[in-house]
Amino acid sequence: MAHVVEVRGLKKHFEGGDVKAVDGVDIETRPGEYLVLLGPSGCGKTTLLRIIAGLEEPTEGQILIGGNVVNGLPPRARGIAMVFQSYALYPHKSVLDNIAFPLKAAGLETDERRQKVEWAAGLLGIDRLLDRKPRNLSGGERQRVALARAIVRDPTVFLLDEPLSNLDAKLRTSARDELKQFQERLGTTTIYVTHDQVEAMGLGDRIAVIFDGKVRQVGPPRDVYSDPADTFVATFIGSPPMNLIDRGDHLLGFRPENFLPAAAVNGRDNVLQVDARVYRIEYLSGDRHVYATVPGLGDDDAHIIARIPATVDVAVAEDKDQRFAIHERDLRFFDGKTGERTDPRPVRL
Amino acid sequence: MSVEAPAVGRGAPVSTSKRKVADRDDLLAKLFLLPTAVYIIGLVAFPFFLAIVFSFTNVTTGNPALDFVGLRQWRTILSSSVFWTSFWNTIIFTGISMVLIVLIAHVLATVLVKDFKGKWFVRFCVLLPWTTPVSLAAVSWLWLLNSIFSPIDWILRWFGFIEANMYYLGRPVLAMGSIIAVHVWRIVPVATVIIMAGMMAIPSDIQDAAEVDGASFWRKLFEINIPLTLPITAVAVLFGAILTFADMTVVFILTRGGPTQSTQVLSSWAFFKGIEGGDLAQGAAIALFLFPLLLAAAIAILRAVRRREVM
Repeated sequence: MAHVVEVRGLKKHFEGGDVKAVDGVDIETRPGEYLVLLGPSGCGKTTLLRIIAGLEEPTEGQILIGGNVVNGLPPRARGIAMVFQSYALYPHKSVLDNIAFPLKAAGLETDERRQKVEWAAGLLGIDRLLDRKPRNLSGGERQRVALARAIVRDPTVFLLDEPLSNLDAKLRTSARDELKQFQERLGTTTIYVTHDQVEAMGLGDRIAVIFDGKVRQVGPPRDVYSDPADTFVATFIGSPPMNLIDRGDHLLGFRPENFLPAAAVNGRDNVLQVDARVYRIEYLSGDRHVYATVPGLGDDDAHIIARIPATVDVAVAEDKDQRFAIHERDLRFFDGKTGERTDPRPVRL
Repeated sequence: MSVEAPAVGRGAPVSTSKRKVADRDDLLAKLFLLPTAVYIIGLVAFPFFLAIVFSFTNVTTGNPALDFVGLRQWRTILSSSVFWTSFWNTIIFTGISMVLIVLIAHVLATVLVKDFKGKWFVRFCVLLPWTTPVSLAAVSWLWLLNSIFSPIDWILRWFGFIEANMYYLGRPVLAMGSIIAVHVWRIVPVATVIIMAGMMAIPSDIQDAAEVDGASFWRKLFEINIPLTLPITAVAVLFGAILTFADMTVVFILTRGGPTQSTQVLSSWAFFKGIEGGDLAQGAAIALFLFPLLLAAAIAILRAVRRREVM
């Protein structure tokens, strides 16, 4: 089966080639998949989405939707629907007219329009808001209207540009959950852009980590988290990020939750034990974040953060040397120059 | 040995010196508003009330005594045929001008919000009429519309469209047309700038959303852009209408109300009657005649704008 969306060798340069917003991207979606484009602001993820939507023309490369090259086609001919970060509701139109607008543009009869709008509004629980104007809606309601406007046309792909970033933190969590359930019910392929790794990890079937206009890694959240392809991915994903210790020609990396007091680590085989000088402890949602230096692993300045889950009941004190341990299978190695992932090597203390 | 503890932490000592004038917002507000207040009272409010008083007296430039005559001046002007010609001319002049101004300004603004090569030059040309001194513009237009030397006639003759000169300012309908054309030429730049500001205020996301939703150029124009620029267009209309209603320079320079009062408007007629003719009382009555109408129109437009205010 053809990929719903596929881009090949995509490049987008602004200002006569000085700014390379998208710098050679190859990526494809699988049918029904939730693909998240994750990266810091300015990495080119929104530009990539806008190129897929047809709002920008690429400098180079091809975009395929449903197996057909759509370069040069206007957005309306691409079978896409998009939700914007600002929601971009038409402020002078009622909710009903906002949702009906794409149908009207497609030339549907009034009855059919009404029917589809009611279906979409019902699905999103906004039936009672149909007569309101966008200015009389809350942030969460606006987001639903924007979603409803996107689904009424039954597109082949949803393009979502940071649809949760305008909601307050509390609402964001429930909206994220709804978004996921919603997509699973519709089964429509979705490309979702965000800078928030929590959203990416929570929503994505696969995550594409983008930096500097390039895709650094594509994979399921679990793989991207535990087997980052380079030091950028390693430090961008995870909070606190992966610890990286400079060891001359290579970097040693491990996740904070894998570095635990020796007493809490089972077994002695393939376990690396090291003294850590703890200088600060933070209590965050039950977990303890332990800030320490591990001169044994690198030089004196080798700062690390360990995250001790609430379930581990081992005393840790500040300003003391303590024995910590980590399984060798949890160690990751990166090239000292390029930052790329390398093969494991023995760790000599 | 006791060390004197600093009064407020380790920061800089708190100054107890008095607030300066620049720190006193209440005083500053009054101070800054004063010139505006003096200007409005002295040059707008006072003459306005003076005009109202004049219109109920028989004051002339020759006899400045204020003898109250009731509504006599108003009755006189209402029974004068020139007044009614001027009245209808004002309505026609304003109506046709406004339609043309809004249409042309909308088209120009649509062009000017787009990016294209040489945009700065087009923008410069569009703004030129607004920046041209009235005297210079007047000389140019008088030459363009001259009964003998008009280059427009010359070109039309050369192409064979006309046989003899048109006498633009010598025939009633052509003279009114010329006045409207020159006035539109003068006001279009301001209207364009106002409408352009309104268009640029539409978030680009909304344009993109309409694009993604599959709206054609015309649907976008009629369902998105025009409704969203309507409030600002109303402001442009209000400005334009007031500038047109109150304008007498174009009439004064081109035709002085002629031929035979056929292009007279209320403001020019008030000027000729009150200042040149010396009948201050009647001039005031003519000038004030449309004031209630203008006021009502302005309030209606501003209300409509507020009701339609979006987001």
